[in-house]
Amino acid sequence: MLRACGVSSPDELFAHLPEAVRLNRPLALDPGISEYEIVDYFRARAAENAHGYASFLGAGVYNHYRPVLVDAVVSRGEFLTSYTPYQAEISQGTLTAIFEFQTMICQLTGMDVANASMYDGSTAVPEAAMMAARSTGRSRVLVARGVHPEYREVLRTYARNQGMPVEEFGYVAQTGAIDLEDLERRMGSDAADAALAAAVIVQSPNFFGVVDQVKSAAEIAHRHGALLIMVFTEAVSLGILEPPADADIVAGELQSFAISPSYGGPFAGILATREKYMRQMPGRLVGQTNDARGNRAFCLTLSTREQHIRREKATSNICTNQALIALMATVFMTVYGKRGLRELAERNMAKARYLAAKMQPRFSGPFFNEFVARVEGRTPEDLNKVLLKKKIVGGLPLGRYYPELADCMLLCATEMSTRASMDEVRA
Amino acid sequence: MITKVRPHLSQNEALLFERSSPGKKAYQLPDLDVPAVDPAEALGAENVREAIEGFPEVSEVEAIRHFTRLSTWNYAIDHGMYPLGSCTMKYNPRINELVARIEGLAWAHPYQPEALSQGCMRVMASLESALAEITGMDAVTLQPAAGAHGELTGILLIRALLEKRGNPRRKILIPDSAHGTNPATAAIAGYAVENIKSSEAGVLDVGALEQLVTEDVAALMVTNPNTLGVFEHNIVEAAGILHRKGALLYMDGANMNALVGIARPGDFGVDVMHLNLHKTFSTPHGGGGPGAGPVAVKKALEPFLPVPRLRRSGKKLAWDYRRKHCIGRVRAFYGNFGVLVRALAYILAHGGEGLRNATVDAVLNAVYIRKQLEPHFDLPYASPNLHEVVFSDKRQAAHGVHTGDLAKRLIDYGFHPYTVSFPMIVHGALMIEPTETESKLELDQFIEAMISIAGEAASDPQLVRNAPYGTRTSRVDEVTAARKPVLRWKPE
Amino acid sequence: MYPENFRYTKEHEWVLVEGDTATVGITDHAQRELGDIVYVDLPKVGARLEQGASFGSVESVKAVSDVYSPVSGEVTGVNAALADTPEALNQDPHGAAWLVKLKLANPAEVEGLMSAADYVVYVGAEK
Repeated sequence: MLRACGVSSPDELFAHLPEAVRLNRPLALDPGISEYEIVDYFRARAAENAHGYASFLGAGVYNHYRPVLVDAVVSRGEFLTSYTPYQAEISQGTLTAIFEFQTMICQLTGMDVANASMYDGSTAVPEAAMMAARSTGRSRVLVARGVHPEYREVLRTYARNQGMPVEEFGYVAQTGAIDLEDLERRMGSDAADAALAAAVIVQSPNFFGVVDQVKSAAEIAHRHGALLIMVFTEAVSLGILEPPADADIVAGELQSFAISPSYGGPFAGILATREKYMRQMPGRLVGQTNDARGNRAFCLTLSTREQHIRREKATSNICTNQALIALMATVFMTVYGKRGLRELAERNMAKARYLAAKMQPRFSGPFFNEFVARVEGRTPEDLNKVLLKKKIVGGLPLGRYYPELADCMLLCATEMSTRASMDEVRA
Repeated sequence: MITKVRPHLSQNEALLFERSSPGKKAYQLPDLDVPAVDPAEALGAENVREAIEGFPEVSEVEAIRHFTRLSTWNYAIDHGMYPLGSCTMKYNPRINELVARIEGLAWAHPYQPEALSQGCMRVMASLESALAEITGMDAVTLQPAAGAHGELTGILLIRALLEKRGNPRRKILIPDSAHGTNPATAAIAGYAVENIKSSEAGVLDVGALEQLVTEDVAALMVTNPNTLGVFEHNIVEAAGILHRKGALLYMDGANMNALVGIARPGDFGVDVMHLNLHKTFSTPHGGGGPGAGPVAVKKALEPFLPVPRLRRSGKKLAWDYRRKHCIGRVRAFYGNFGVLVRALAYILAHGGEGLRNATVDAVLNAVYIRKQLEPHFDLPYASPNLHEVVFSDKRQAAHGVHTGDLAKRLIDYGFHPYTVSFPMIVHGALMIEPTETESKLELDQFIEAMISIAGEAASDPQLVRNAPYGTRTSRVDEVTAARKPVLRWKPE
Repeated sequence: MYPENFRYTKEHEWVLVEGDTATVGITDHAQRELGDIVYVDLPKVGARLEQGASFGSVESVKAVSDVYSPVSGEVTGVNAALADTPEALNQDPHGAAWLVKLKLANPAEVEGLMSAADYVVYVGAEK
């Protein structure tokens, strides 16, 4: 081979590189190790993490059972090691699965069209906001404090560079749901163009676990010519909760659908919307068509929205979709199906209510599988220390994100929470 | 519709919704150990949904058959070579899959106490340190979820630094050979894009650069080696031009597979760059994602890195949230940890010497392909190539056969097409990157196929233009798909 | 092929002037270069167009082309049929598949545009 390349040693292949750029020493990395040693290394790291603890953490990442079929499907080399389906003839597996995914997301959310997934829920939110800005020609965005705090941080990072002012509106102290009066006030009069809102962003169930007032928020938004963006972090809730018929865009996180918590990623976000905003959507879209012989086939479509064609005028810079992760969610949705997802949701509600009955819920609003509990007589952090000794990871102390709730923690119970461990938790 | 095709595995498989039957199920939940709850009572009747109309109802065996059949319609690295330029479709080691699923790592919750997350944090710290060494940079963030996400992060870092110095500036320079994410990213970051034409030799034109770099220019985004597979030999000079005018050099790390262990971007003037773990570091593409796009920076940019950052506190690691100057967060939590585990496993397996050997093999393979195909395909640029090579369809176009047709015909020979029509500075481009994974045996088969197709283009152009023939579907009608988009299934 | 009573731009648009109204479209050359057209993005009635400025775009599967206005004026009509049948642009770019109608702001602008004969030479030269 070297002869065919016209060189006598491999190093000659790099001889044309300027001397100044060449690395003249080996990389300062440990020598390569064997397969067994690699397994050992990561097992040791795993052992340094929590092991055998019951956990009541939610807050955007949920412990749900992963059906065995999920890994059986995604481990197939044809799915795992395949590329983006640009060549439709040899990617019908991936394309068909994504088409089914897009369909199921529409069915779940009540929207007309869904894309092939975003990086995660947190980045789907600014993408939705930018979509709303493009569609309305306006720039201001109003976001509820009940939207996940880290999602709001991500929104700000993107918005800052888009000339998109972001304003927060509050929640009602008693119910934990959005403060509609505060929202109405902040929508502003329609005097100055600059003050007009492009979108109102509401999460439901919100960060406190409370089922929020999406319909009322939509009414206010639409009255002022703004779009309503509904966000969700706990996808299982869609098994029981009324889909947001009044939303214009839905941005959410699918981690609950058989995606391992995996210390925060990789996850899969979804973006779904009404047909009239279809061409403003970022991300990949799979469409149905026919091949030359008239057989049904699928392909990536509406690609002119995307970066590889429209470059700086693209709807987004996004290139990837979380195909393999979305496939996990697709298998999950298939395994549970029409009845199963509802049953699963009802289980979650039952478990969470059992836990909530032992504690002091802070908010009166209806909740799905998460709720905020007031901790009395000690700090939430101290309660957690006690629970850790019982090998229980308690709820998330909220003081860091909501100083007014420093005496509270956010707890989540799912179908995987046992009665025995819940009995151990006492406020 | 025919319900069963030839004995081949490629069955005609309907969609899940078309195969569903009311009452079929594939799940079984354990009995409740707590009292059941009435949803209408607990939530309010107006909050409870109707059944999910159209959602699948299939049995477990139907589910596994459905997805298995679908999978047989895909080409994958496990089948054979993907010569896609700048995609670096190397083997996805199965050890990566095993370690990513170890329970203590896979079930770690990002908000669990730091004392109980030291294992995860150590994995991330080790990867940060390895990537810093490989790139020759001072600090690394693992937060970005993908390459384009890393690009955005990198440009935001540049903006933050320049803002701190008093003027964020307005423009970013991008070569006309760049990947589409580059200008799209610049626009999302609020910068205007100015294109810089490549020189006659297909590389950075430092003369043109000198003219274009003003106090209005924030940065140049460059890919090195560039999308022709050619090393930007002027890169040090280019960095100098930029730095003298207070601008920065961003490098798109998509082509790092040509440099690991050979040259380090930090050593040739790059201020900030992103890496694609799903390219250079073997994490699986999975049909389009997930990836991860870590960003590596020089010291001056470190204060602006996204929050939180890993910090050593004695023998323990901790997350540092007190970072006054940071650009904020680019996503929730810490990064695509599952992907990071896989990349670290790859690095541990190879070690320093192994990584360098992989680079050498990748380049050797690409140069070998170039030499073997040069007599048959037009080579627009004579410069030495590294890990990928770009031909044009000029000779075949004389017979009315274009790069897209040649690519489709390659499918009939058992290969995935190369990258078609990119970079845009080559008309009718064929962009080929074999990676180090391919043996001489596989390369020779690919070369044989390409030469045969070149022959067919001359002797029987129609044959090539109507390819592929051996696939489950023939060429799909992308025009109708775009004119009348049907993006979901609906019942009749 | 190229109607004598049209005027043409370097960006391959045509304009037909009748008094102080104008009809604007893209040329046959343009539609051939684009290939199968899948979508057309047009402004709303009432929009103000500037000579030389982009007022919309025409898309094929793999490419997007901006369309630039040959003249300045206010949009009085938009070809709604193109929303349903963008392929009409491939079939009849000089007739039924016009893009917009304008009320001219400055009729003198037309004088700077190419005649049919000049345009034929121009596209011949471009090849």
